[in-house]
Amino acid sequence: MTTETETRPRPVRTPAPWARLTRSIAKHTMLIVLSAVMIYPLVWLLVSSFKPNADIFRDLSIFTTDLTPENYVNGWNDLQSPFGVYIVNSSIIAFGAILGNLVSCSMAAYAFARLKFRGRNLAFAIMLGSIMLPFQVLMVPQFVIFKELGWLNTFLPLIAPKFLATEAFFVFLMVQFIRGLPKEIFEAARIDGAGHFRCYLNITFPLITPALATTAIFTFIWTWGDFFGPLVYLRLPESWPVSLALKGFLDAQSSSDYGSMFAMSVVSLLPMFLVFLFGQRFLIKGITTTGIK
Amino acid sequence: MSSLGELRKLAKGKDRKQSRGKERYPDNKTALLFLLPWFVGLAGLTIGPMIASLYLSFTDYNLLQPPQWTGLDNFTAMFGDARFWNSFRVTVTYVLVGVPIQLALALALAMLLDKGMRGLSLYRSIFYLPSLLGGSVAIAILWRQVFGKEGLVNGFLAWFGVDGPGWIGHPDYALGTLIVLNVWTFGSPMVIFLAGLRQIPEMFYEAASIDGAGRSRQFFAITLPLLTPIVFFNLVLQIIFAFQAFTQAYVVSGGTGGPGDSTMFYTLLLYKEAFNELDMGYASAMAWFLVLVVAAFTAFNFWLSKYWVFYDD
Repeated sequence: MTTETETRPRPVRTPAPWARLTRSIAKHTMLIVLSAVMIYPLVWLLVSSFKPNADIFRDLSIFTTDLTPENYVNGWNDLQSPFGVYIVNSSIIAFGAILGNLVSCSMAAYAFARLKFRGRNLAFAIMLGSIMLPFQVLMVPQFVIFKELGWLNTFLPLIAPKFLATEAFFVFLMVQFIRGLPKEIFEAARIDGAGHFRCYLNITFPLITPALATTAIFTFIWTWGDFFGPLVYLRLPESWPVSLALKGFLDAQSSSDYGSMFAMSVVSLLPMFLVFLFGQRFLIKGITTTGIK
Repeated sequence: MSSLGELRKLAKGKDRKQSRGKERYPDNKTALLFLLPWFVGLAGLTIGPMIASLYLSFTDYNLLQPPQWTGLDNFTAMFGDARFWNSFRVTVTYVLVGVPIQLALALALAMLLDKGMRGLSLYRSIFYLPSLLGGSVAIAILWRQVFGKEGLVNGFLAWFGVDGPGWIGHPDYALGTLIVLNVWTFGSPMVIFLAGLRQIPEMFYEAASIDGAGRSRQFFAITLPLLTPIVFFNLVLQIIFAFQAFTQAYVVSGGTGGPGDSTMFYTLLLYKEAFNELDMGYASAMAWFLVLVVAAFTAFNFWLSKYWVFYDD
């Protein structure tokens, strides 16, 4: 018996070292070439934003020494308001949306994950199903509601809905996270006389910080990049967020001032890039549980 | 488990407890409190508007005067409109070409990125970055220049002596550039595939290799079947999202859907009918038709999944 195990023939063909090496080199070459293709447009955008306007399309290369911050100075003041105004607008919207999602989604998630109530499965199914509903079917009536409320050209239509847990993705993300917490913590708290509100505020909230971070990061990236909502609700240039301001460059592009437009594009991408750089761990965790972008 | 897997479980009614009565539901009142915001949102911003837009789709409504009931007029007008069918064709092409290419690339790259290989997290970051930025106006602006007459793509083609067209301005190619943009954002499904691959127990491969299965055999007998639920999940959601694509078509075409309506996405036409023509009834009819089309695609996907998706439960 033992001899049989020891002398068991190994039908696995272990490849020769040189074959493994060739395979590895081929693979890395492929990956590096593809990475370069993927990332090249972004690098080109960055380099071009520092080139004198006349050079951008005359020389497409990213290797140049003739760099100037001139486009940033021009672009910043090219539209009706300085670009800083649009950045402040975007920041207000993003901050409000993050706050709303954190509060409302975690409350709903606590109920779905920890409370026993009639109709829970049905409510949960409806919530998950709402992920798949095309928002266009809500667009016109929502516009009428917000118009009647006198909210046009304010940030409220973009912020207020977030306080009503309308982003089912995040509710689901937090439900998954709360379900993963050890039940004993909650039981111990209940025995010590803590009500559900205490359990939510003092136990769940601190323990689900990774899910909260993921929610905050995704909310930031989505609201910062959002174009449709502002396009519908914000018609006055001084209320524009950066996405609409960039479209403003496109509309006014008779002067073919590509440099300014590129420079402000870089400015608008920078916060998203920083969030990506420092929040990657949470982003990856987030998309693997919910399948969002 | 994914949101879709969860939904499937609920639909099959597993987890369902037989006993009923008050002791089973001790938290009814507390739950009402915790779910109040969600409930208000569901009623006021989802279900209410759904019903309202269904009603509006049978009316003539321009925001200023009260809606006038016109029966099926919007729908007959819609189905008789060549522009409507063109936008439908453009969107379906975008979905049916773009999504499979994007997912195939995502899967291929996920397979290439072995566990513990050198540079894994760097590659993953580079491939993922575009899908994070891809929906923004800045990237759409960049795309206009990359595929412009004097842009990067033509600069590259010029090395080979090819004089490329202005891709964005050509009715035959403009939609293609948007499909390429969608493919460029393959990073997020790739990350989902990667996570799925990591969940396949190592022992399956050990057992298979002891039984003499080679690399390709292992892929077709273990990896692919166990990955099918994730492929399915990605497919369903990416199709639903692709149907709603808007920003990129809007910005790349400068808000026109041109050249020659070649990038007039369904959502773009819908937006124009609603907010440029103020034809809210017609737009609502279009929105409901979109819901039905997306539902049909999703249902078809679920039906088809019986034949190729492998669930081990």
